[in-house]
Amino acid sequence: MEIKRLVCVECPVGCEIEVAIENGAIQSIKGNSCPRGYKYAQEEVIAPKRIVTTTVRAENGKLVPVKTSGGVLKDEIFAVMEKINAVRVKTPVLVGQTLVKEIAEGVDLVATATIG
Amino acid sequence: MKNSYEIVVIGGGPAGLAAAIAAYDNGAKSVLVLEREEGLGGILNQCIHNGFGLARFKESLSGPEYAERFIAELKKREIEVLTGTTVLSVSPEKTVVALNAENGEFSVQAKAVILAMGCRERSKGALNIAGTRPAGLFSAGAAQKFVNIKGYMPGQKVVILGSGDIGLIMARRMTLEGAKVLAVFDIMPYSSGLKRNVVQCLEDFGIPLYLNHTIVKIEGEERVSAIVAAEVDENRKPIAGTEKRFECDTVLFSVGLIPENELSKSAGVPLSPLTKGAIVYQNRETLVSGVFACGNVLQVHDLVDFVSEEAEIAGKAAAEYVRFGESEKEPIDCVNGGGVSYVLPQKIDKRAQGKIKLFFRVRERAENCSIVVRCGEEEIARRKKRVVAPGEMETFILTEEQIKKAVKEITVSLEK
Repeated sequence: MEIKRLVCVECPVGCEIEVAIENGAIQSIKGNSCPRGYKYAQEEVIAPKRIVTTTVRAENGKLVPVKTSGGVLKDEIFAVMEKINAVRVKTPVLVGQTLVKEIAEGVDLVATATIG
Repeated sequence: MKNSYEIVVIGGGPAGLAAAIAAYDNGAKSVLVLEREEGLGGILNQCIHNGFGLARFKESLSGPEYAERFIAELKKREIEVLTGTTVLSVSPEKTVVALNAENGEFSVQAKAVILAMGCRERSKGALNIAGTRPAGLFSAGAAQKFVNIKGYMPGQKVVILGSGDIGLIMARRMTLEGAKVLAVFDIMPYSSGLKRNVVQCLEDFGIPLYLNHTIVKIEGEERVSAIVAAEVDENRKPIAGTEKRFECDTVLFSVGLIPENELSKSAGVPLSPLTKGAIVYQNRETLVSGVFACGNVLQVHDLVDFVSEEAEIAGKAAAEYVRFGESEKEPIDCVNGGGVSYVLPQKIDKRAQGKIKLFFRVRERAENCSIVVRCGEEEIARRKKRVVAPGEMETFILTEEQIKKAVKEITVSLEK
């Protein structure tokens, strides 16, 4: 049995989680203090994902802060960054506005501020 | 703009926003917010990463999203805002002198003032590093503003001194934007940032964290060309023979935050040498009647959620002060005991109603320990903790009953 030790990144508490794995299957998850941590540990040992936050250029030169609407596979973060960096948007942009559908599998690119 | 307001809030960042809203909601009839920058939101505007608001909104927001929620609430109320306005002084009589392009220098009279100016970064100048002073040295927050607001990259080969949250966040941010972050150094044996930031900002990208290390030399004529780092001993002094050289074009400094209290001093507000912020009662009133303080100008927080919570305490108390005048207090002191570096509030009014949340930090990382609260010699509360660290602010809630019973000063300590 293999034990993987993780620090949960879902919230500032940073629970230290132990995942027991045997033949590629999760046997147990210990140390999380909430269901988010359980889900994080499940994903983290198989296919870790992260929400990507960055900026895109508006056509008027301003920067628009953005995030992916869900986690992006960790291995694909730089490929997604390249796609995001090529995006140009028209202002005004509203907070919560979807700027690009499916920037990565299952996730959109969303503005996180209102930029006039 | 009027000549007088019931409440003037200095600073339109997360603390000022929440304080102004709470003051209004608790009956203040005229509230003015003065903000130095062109827009509201303060430092949140450049904190484009997520992880804000989990405690308050039960979801993970970016800094601008968190700010927008409060700005939207503020706009629903008759609260006046002047941006692009720098406050020059606040008198103990609560006359606020400020300056902006439209009005020039002007003064407004307040019945209560809420100090919410936030903090500033400790500069490299405070560190005494040998070597030249080339271009390419930035505080981490300044670099964050360049990248996230202005859209400029400060450099391509980066080292970072200090593993506080801003340093960690900038390590990831620079990496995502194509820079190579060679190393993060921390003079302490632990990171002062949140554990999750060590994981998602450094480990995710294979950025090495050198604990017990500091930068001893900066090289370069016009631009930084390299730095020399060395291991430090238990007295935080560099150990000869452990030097490592890193070729780089940029050095970011994330070496601590200092509450920005010049205006507090002008108002005659006594400061604590431990927090570098005002000494306050549980309602965040300073020792100057009618002057309140909240957020990072009072104590440097890790989480904006706690800033908002603290600001609401101050806003409500300021509104009550305007309505009912100064309350007669029966204060007891609240102090740090062994293993704890400070406790806030420093004074508790025994007549206060409701429970009181104490904020404090421990001096060193410890495992399987207890937080113990005593009144004089007598233990009044205790809580077990699996792990505590200086980088993570701790809280402890005292009940109204425990406070009413207190006869001597309250001490919070860490016991192994």
